[in-house]
Amino acid sequence: MAIEHHDYDVLVLGSGGSGLRAAIAAAEAGARTGLVCKSLLGKAHTVMAEGGLAAALGNVAPEDGWTTHFQDTMFGGKYLNNWRMAELHAKEAPDRARELEHWGAIFDRTPDRRMSQRAFGGHTYKRLVHIGDRTGLEMIRTLQDKTVHSDVDVFMETTITKLIKDGDRVVGCFGYRRATGEQITFSAKALVLATGGSGRIYRITSNSQDCTGDGYSLAYEAGAEMVDMEFVQFHPTGMVYPPGVAGLLVTEAVRGEGGILRNALGERFMEKYDPKRMELSTRDVVARSIYTEVKEGRGTPHGGAFLDVSHLDSDYVKRKLPSMYDQFLELAGVDITKEPMQVGPTCHYFMGGIKVDADTGATRVPGLFSTGEASGGMNGANRLGGNSLGDLLVFGRRAGFGAAEAAAQVGSVSLPQEEISAAQAEVAHFLSRSDGDNAENPFLMHRELQTIMGDGVGIFRDKEGLTQAIDRLESLQGRVENLKAPSDRLDYNPGWQLCREVKNMLNVSLMVARAALMREESRGGHSRLDHTAYSDYWGAHNIVIHRESEHDMTLTPTPVLTRDELVELVEARKEAEKAA
Amino acid sequence: MSETLTAGGTRKLQIWRGDLTSGQLVDYELETEPGMVVLDAVLEIQRSQAPDLAVRWNCKAAKCGSCSAEINGKPRLMCKTRLDHLPADEPITVEPMRAFPLIRDLVTDVSWNYRVNEQITPFTPRENLREGVDVLNGDFLIDQSETDRISEFRKCIECFMCQDVCHILRDHRMHNRYYGPRFMMRIASLDMHPLDGVDRLDQIADEGGIGLCNITKCCTEVCPENIHITDNAIIPMKERVVDQRHDPILKILGRTPNKGRSKPPARSATPEL
Amino acid sequence: MTTVASPPRRLGATMRRDRWWIQPVFVVTSLTLFGVYTIIHVILNKHYTITAGGAYLESPMFSPDLPKFFGFNTALPWAFLVLWAPLGLRSSCYYYRKSYYRSFFLAPPSCAVAGAARRKYTGETKFPLVLNNSHRIFFYFATIVIGFLWYDAIRGLFYHGSFGFGLGNAIMLINVLCLSAFTFGCNSWRHIIGGKLNCFSCSDTNRTRHRAWQRVSILNGRHMQWAWISMFTVWGTDIYIWLVSSGAFTDPHHVF
Repeated sequence: MAIEHHDYDVLVLGSGGSGLRAAIAAAEAGARTGLVCKSLLGKAHTVMAEGGLAAALGNVAPEDGWTTHFQDTMFGGKYLNNWRMAELHAKEAPDRARELEHWGAIFDRTPDRRMSQRAFGGHTYKRLVHIGDRTGLEMIRTLQDKTVHSDVDVFMETTITKLIKDGDRVVGCFGYRRATGEQITFSAKALVLATGGSGRIYRITSNSQDCTGDGYSLAYEAGAEMVDMEFVQFHPTGMVYPPGVAGLLVTEAVRGEGGILRNALGERFMEKYDPKRMELSTRDVVARSIYTEVKEGRGTPHGGAFLDVSHLDSDYVKRKLPSMYDQFLELAGVDITKEPMQVGPTCHYFMGGIKVDADTGATRVPGLFSTGEASGGMNGANRLGGNSLGDLLVFGRRAGFGAAEAAAQVGSVSLPQEEISAAQAEVAHFLSRSDGDNAENPFLMHRELQTIMGDGVGIFRDKEGLTQAIDRLESLQGRVENLKAPSDRLDYNPGWQLCREVKNMLNVSLMVARAALMREESRGGHSRLDHTAYSDYWGAHNIVIHRESEHDMTLTPTPVLTRDELVELVEARKEAEKAA
Repeated sequence: MSETLTAGGTRKLQIWRGDLTSGQLVDYELETEPGMVVLDAVLEIQRSQAPDLAVRWNCKAAKCGSCSAEINGKPRLMCKTRLDHLPADEPITVEPMRAFPLIRDLVTDVSWNYRVNEQITPFTPRENLREGVDVLNGDFLIDQSETDRISEFRKCIECFMCQDVCHILRDHRMHNRYYGPRFMMRIASLDMHPLDGVDRLDQIADEGGIGLCNITKCCTEVCPENIHITDNAIIPMKERVVDQRHDPILKILGRTPNKGRSKPPARSATPEL
Repeated sequence: MTTVASPPRRLGATMRRDRWWIQPVFVVTSLTLFGVYTIIHVILNKHYTITAGGAYLESPMFSPDLPKFFGFNTALPWAFLVLWAPLGLRSSCYYYRKSYYRSFFLAPPSCAVAGAARRKYTGETKFPLVLNNSHRIFFYFATIVIGFLWYDAIRGLFYHGSFGFGLGNAIMLINVLCLSAFTFGCNSWRHIIGGKLNCFSCSDTNRTRHRAWQRVSILNGRHMQWAWISMFTVWGTDIYIWLVSSGAFTDPHHVF
């Protein structure tokens, strides 16, 4: 049976900010470019970004510059960042922000009519280019329109289930059209994974349903290395009630505008944890503080902390936090100008990801590139708010150019038939319910996976919990081959889609849990109850994961990638922190 | 604490099941949790009773605009519609949007909208930007007042419910004559950009079909982002078209709108559905 | 069975359960009554000024008083020579268009409710509805009429040259205020005063026009409400003057 086939120089998987930016760059470099989205164009998780895009333009604080932004990023990442990535990001983000505006994005202004910038946790100066509380939407719409009018073919609602290799090289991928279930193959001289994070491995998450770690898993299976997977950012404030919206993000701007955190006893508990910065401490600290309060029995009726803005003028709240006001009024029946919100930590962002070359986004697998949240290194152990939107643009563009350049050096590629057959067999297997009673329901297994991750690999971790979680995940691994869609139809079958996603999420969960077990210290987004302090050894090492063979996940501590010319800047910041 | 909501008990939903050839409303019953939205209920039914129920959704936070449907006959986002805000004494009907071809169950093929968007030339800076007035060392100079006006339109999450409810598309099926409210607004956001250099007035009048709009404001009524589509985008664009084509006084004075803007590149016919 | 593939075209077909038909019924009833009333009074052509006790209160439906102004007497319904401007303003007004397209043309009667089946829908692209694009012309003429109404309201405050105030004066002033709020909240006016600009900040003139645009926008945000309120104040004022001038009762007022 002949299946739909397309051939490109560069194929980008993922249509969030970094995927779009990569596609634009690849097309600009003259590559025949295709873009595959799992959902519709413009629906990617980037639309959820609220705060802004960190770029040291110096429009509001003229003394700001790339060196300070670099230092802030390194300090926020607890010095585990890939130095070169932090450097490139700090240097190039301003140009990427300007470029966005030249493509039609509209940002809030300063009185002298330039792009305005706002303050955010961990940034020394006012640095975040923004528009209201929907900067991500503005970005994605701008990039979407730019893409549509670049020479890029877009494949919407197309699910990719396997990367196809010819020898060592990635030469394409296999998947199906969601609306019909019709199979589709792509051959590409270079392939960019811009598939985002994997927040859906937790039940309480601010992430879209699409964030199932497909790219992590596909790249891992294709032989790429993963880095920093133990670092998962829990945003301190997600909604905890009603149950249906648990995890929904409550923006950091609520605290930025003067919101106060209290426990059930009415105590302003941040005084205990970070008396200097209080509610505006870094995300990891605030998240842990709320979690501790709840764990120790001082939580709110629905198991969170109170976040209160009712002392502020009600018109001011409605003007500054319009979407939060609506969100609570509509979904929770709470008027935040009159009563406190109840909030708790929610899984928000993956600092780790596919290990890439900073300059080009190349992985160690020839022909395979990655960018955005799918790639790791830029953010180290903890990401500063606003750095992800800059990351998407800076490294999206670099990966697009990198892929186009690599593609130009390759002749034609073709897809080995046996690889296609293997991929076909896998998706067909999900639909063939002949195994009878052994069939595993993907909806239930997904729930199970989320429970395991929530129980053992949450905000606080310890050896016992992690070991148990890994055991339970490994037993899931034994059952994953029996995943069967409850319905065998091909057109828009949600269970079918979820089968492969659960497989991906299981891969990711194992990486997170195993890396978390190995890192015997607490740093940034990774907190061990049994190893509460920083370790000098781990402060200089990233954990790199790769697949040795089918069920052999190998974890290797690898020295952090430093750069001689940046040592002075980093040391200066370390000194300054010590002095303070 | 009003955060404790009354539990909903058992609710009945009637969900449209079927494809282009046939279909019907199918009854489902479920135990509701407090504060449940329609999307929660539909996904719970998918999980426990109808595993092949097709539904498109994504962020579940009213930010991506994927889960548009017609709930009790009105276009609404499933993730933003609480069960306990709907009449309790009758079943809740959930149907797909009607202005677009059905794929299956609650999922429609909205690709026509993307084809329309391809027809609209994106932002292109004017050629004669003045240093110190329009640009400063390569940075655009734009005032907050201009940002405020345009950014209302850019709040659009492309749920396409304005397109769905627009009777020109919904009842008269004139997809090949009218771009629909979402793209009237898209053109408005470009036309009102102080630094844009493309004249899209002929396009919005001819291929865009703005004259077909009879400003009955249903697009504004259903917009989940509360954008004043009719008053702030479509009517101002109609007035700009009047400037260009109908106003006898401006004709006598020889005034044309969009002076200094280049004509857009060649346009093609309004896409077929 | 509901078919989505081809949506129901039968007039009024909908899955809505609320009483969506109330609005069109109200609009049809009140606009028809107002229209019929206006025609009757204009054709009747009397009882449109209160002159008792030195007063001079003139109905807004008969202003300016052309026969008096040009010194002729006629039994013909001359008021139509003036009324075309404010009525033209209303019938081409973006709000009234919405209202009558929905309620009279049933295109559509309400949102997500199937409209009247037409062989061919042309919207506002063909004669006569394309003429609605001349809204701004009606606006220019209607502002002249508004000027006369202000003149009437102020002139009415003087009884044989002495300042006085009564119920009739209050009604006249409220009416002209509401009419002004309606007229100067006009979408065309909003466009002309500043909406047509793309750069609000490029010159002092533009900045001034932007401020004016913001003010008009506030009125325009309530255009529907002002449209109805002012229609009823005109109607009410006319009824009041008709009643007083036909001797049903006297206008309570005090001359200072």
